[in-house]
Amino acid sequence: MVWAESVPRVWRERVRKYRLIGGRCPSCGNVTYPHRLVCPFCGYEGLEPIELPRRGKVVTFTVIRHPPRGFEGREPYVIAIVELENGARILAQLTDVRPDEVRVGMEVEGVFRKFREQSSSGIIEYGIKFRPVI
Amino acid sequence: MAGRVYVIGAGATKIGEHWDKSLRELAVEALLAAVKDAGISKREIEALYVGNMMSGQLQGQEHLGALVATWAGIPGVAACKVEAACASGGVAFHQAYLAVASGLYDCVAVVGVEKMTDALPSDVTAALATAEDQEYVVFTGASFVGLNALLYRLYLEKYGVKQENVASFAVHCHKMAVANPYAQFRRAVSLEEVMSSPLIADPIRLLECAPVGDGAAALILCSEGFLKRNPRDEIVEVTGSSVATDVLSVHERKDPLDAAAFRRAVEAAMRMSRVEVNDIDVLEVHDAFTILGVLSLEVTGFAPKGEGSRLVVEGELEPGGKIPTNTLGGLKARGHPVGATGVYQILDVVLQLRGKAGPNQVSEAEIGMAQNFGGVAGTVAVNVLKRVR
Repeated sequence: MVWAESVPRVWRERVRKYRLIGGRCPSCGNVTYPHRLVCPFCGYEGLEPIELPRRGKVVTFTVIRHPPRGFEGREPYVIAIVELENGARILAQLTDVRPDEVRVGMEVEGVFRKFREQSSSGIIEYGIKFRPVI
Repeated sequence: MAGRVYVIGAGATKIGEHWDKSLRELAVEALLAAVKDAGISKREIEALYVGNMMSGQLQGQEHLGALVATWAGIPGVAACKVEAACASGGVAFHQAYLAVASGLYDCVAVVGVEKMTDALPSDVTAALATAEDQEYVVFTGASFVGLNALLYRLYLEKYGVKQENVASFAVHCHKMAVANPYAQFRRAVSLEEVMSSPLIADPIRLLECAPVGDGAAALILCSEGFLKRNPRDEIVEVTGSSVATDVLSVHERKDPLDAAAFRRAVEAAMRMSRVEVNDIDVLEVHDAFTILGVLSLEVTGFAPKGEGSRLVVEGELEPGGKIPTNTLGGLKARGHPVGATGVYQILDVVLQLRGKAGPNQVSEAEIGMAQNFGGVAGTVAVNVLKRVR
């Protein structure tokens, strides 16, 4: 299996994924997603966990027409870099939108959605996708 | 003080769909060809570095160092696999360089190999995506092509460049590959064919992507002392070798088009070699997607930002142009057996510096540079080679 079919992994990631927990660096001020111990920009050890805002704008996007394993049959779907209101950036799948409706600069908001199933009898993975703000 | 390092042997398999050959057979074929080319006994090899990305996923096979050494008939050598996504080959070469430059070994082999056609396309797509963060990026359903497409759209919007101009990079590579007996696609394509090929991840079209293929390339590196004991006519020296990394995920980088690792690796390799950008006679860029080829020309310093595609359109990448680039087809048409690519690039530079590049020979080529990306330039290996008179 190319991506790890693992119940402990899904359990371990649940807070950061379900609640969009990023890390703010007290030293350089950068906010990264997800939260981790060490700042990738300045190396400071001790990032503060913060819940990220769920609103942002599309910076760039693509339409996946040939998906990797685990996402077959869902294509075409949109993947975008979203800049959240506090400046943090997240890579996200867009939902509730047709690919031809997506524009750079479009305002989006995070919603809780299903991502994939680890086989027909396996655990179901959830997380935050983004949809256009109406 | 690092010792001098030379490339004295080069060999490769044709790139393509090798249904009848296994990963190990491809690796051994290339390695033995390189040994023969060097005119040495394979018993002289003291260490072996195998550049490969996906054998664990596509063949269920790891431990390639001992495997390839055994099948090549040189068990006993120091050997290991080197993995850095699509930069595995370039980084493996860097390790081989370090092994000789350190003075520990006098004769070292590097083999890049990838066997991609054993697996289903969706599995290859998933395996390539392991270059990115599995838990927070690939989890979203992003493919590796898709991540590069994010950059492509940013680039087109930021600089107002027409996609046709960037896509011309593929036309150039196919034109060059016609003369390369190792190439996967020895046929020209038109810009119309590229622009009407199916979308893979918007705006990237099928013919803007390097193909899936199998192949292996090998090089023999040696010290100054070894070269004196085993003299040969065409001598190529490795004058600069560097590897740099960037923040792994594109969305976390301050400016996704900045290519920080790439800039660092190019600067370091040129400083080591004591060359300026205009001294470079032949260039191999990592055009896994047309946009990466164009960006590479700009970051290396051959064109201002946003204007790299002009060099392509005006024919400046061809032999005789301002900067002959991917003269044997590049990733797009020579082929991109992922972990082998970095070694094929250096091999193509070696052929040019030896004056053995065939119809696309660049006259009086003295200095060549090979640039190999892993992930979305998360790892970059840059190697500079020079002909020794």
